[in-house]
Amino acid sequence: MSTATGVEGLLRELAPQVVGILVRRFGDFGSCEDAVQEALLAASVQWPAEGVPDNPTGWLITVASRRRTQLWRSDTARRRREQTAAALAPADPEPVPAVDDTLTLLMLCCHPALTRVSQVALTLRVVGGLSTPEIARAFLVPDATIGQRISRAKQRIKASGAEFQLPLEAERADRITAVLHVLYLIFNEGYTASSGAVLNRVELTSEAIRLARQLHDLLPGDSEVTGLLALMLLTDARRRARTGPDGTLVPLAEQDRSRWDTKAITEGVELITEALAHPPLGPYQLQAAIAAVHDEAARAEDTDWRQILGLYDLLNAVAPGPMVTLGRVVAVAMVHGPQAGLRELTGAETDPALAGHHRVHAVRAHLLDLSGDREAAKACYEMAARHTLSIPEQRYLAAQAGADVEIADPAATPLM
Amino acid sequence: MKYLIMIYHTQQALDSWANMSAAQRAEGMRAHDALVEALAESGELVVSEALASPAQGKTVAVHDGAATVTDGPFAEVKEHLAGFYLVECDSIDQAVGHAARIPDAAFGRVEIRPVLDRNGLEM
Repeated sequence: MSTATGVEGLLRELAPQVVGILVRRFGDFGSCEDAVQEALLAASVQWPAEGVPDNPTGWLITVASRRRTQLWRSDTARRRREQTAAALAPADPEPVPAVDDTLTLLMLCCHPALTRVSQVALTLRVVGGLSTPEIARAFLVPDATIGQRISRAKQRIKASGAEFQLPLEAERADRITAVLHVLYLIFNEGYTASSGAVLNRVELTSEAIRLARQLHDLLPGDSEVTGLLALMLLTDARRRARTGPDGTLVPLAEQDRSRWDTKAITEGVELITEALAHPPLGPYQLQAAIAAVHDEAARAEDTDWRQILGLYDLLNAVAPGPMVTLGRVVAVAMVHGPQAGLRELTGAETDPALAGHHRVHAVRAHLLDLSGDREAAKACYEMAARHTLSIPEQRYLAAQAGADVEIADPAATPLM
Repeated sequence: MKYLIMIYHTQQALDSWANMSAAQRAEGMRAHDALVEALAESGELVVSEALASPAQGKTVAVHDGAATVTDGPFAEVKEHLAGFYLVECDSIDQAVGHAARIPDAAFGRVEIRPVLDRNGLEM
């Protein structure tokens, strides 16, 4: 562990453990977490230069404890006197208690009193060990915005009277659902980023996968946790192929499948196979199963669309939503032909969540192209390009509207 | 999602601002301060600035690689951008809610536009 990345990886891994130990000892989550951040910062400067201490966790606990005492005293007149003594590195790092508080911390960060964006920021900082500037860079907002979200989130947790312990059994399922959603959002934020100037954001996918892996280790019997990890791996496996060198989006059917990550696919398929064998069935498992069917097709034309349609029918029953509806429409078109898909789409549009949505125009354009009506398809692509709120999607859709060539194989998944 | 809230003034808007009592103007400034504070506190504020008069600005145009710079624009422009808030919130409805608290909405025009996301989904 002598390289900077080695130290950084180690620190991120140790972060939640140290926060947990401090909160157990001192009680106040907010100031303990601040103290741990400062200890992590000190370590990230000192360790690469001087080597990793023999007991890195103990070192962090000691430095963070001193810093926490300092922060606590900073409210009092004693501040100045204590500073010099407390700033020294520990001579004798303390023994580390053998408890893993990661799950408790995850659930605390995803407390229902917090907004979703605050849950995301807090999770990345407290459990992921990322600094406020790193989170700000990843989400393209100023440091102050993230700093404010984190401190406000801590105040809210304090005000809610939440204790540092696992929630009661009755609440736990809801909390896990919130944790899974937060990890899914972190993953998506990174995954949907185009390449190039946005490398910081891509790192969010590996962070989300790392956290999902930890959660899976803690709750191996929870099929939705397994499903989410599988979904991330099976989706991320396509990352290198999903954008061109200039950041343009490459649709699934046109991706160079030799660039897919076969190791991630193998692991994802194993995980989802295992999860599906253990009910209950949930939305992450079903989405992972759909991703697995795509990933297992050597060529786009080998895709087992019947199986995908069956999975969408299940998903529609378990967790219906506008994006599920659209994914199902595409599957219907691939199994029963574009006209059947267009009929389904007209029905789907009656859902107010979908009326006028750019993805409806995009799917319609796509199905019209499939049916050979190039002129009508063009108009729909243009409409979709005007309505999307994403730059890469706009570029892609505008190119489709302009392209006068017939699309080779238009299989696509608008979901995920 | 990020949303840009743009505050547009016309000459008429400036006149009605000028015709307000000192107390009314102070009230307007306080409303801006309160909004900035509330948005910063909720973590939704990205940046907010008021702009100098367009007469203090410059206009640049590039032809064949050469830049031509002119002063202004001056009064011939009917409407000008007077300030903006860049906010990040969950929906445009929330952004509309914040925009409705801008005092200029009573005499100028306040427009809300979604900022294009750099992320995209494969189709």
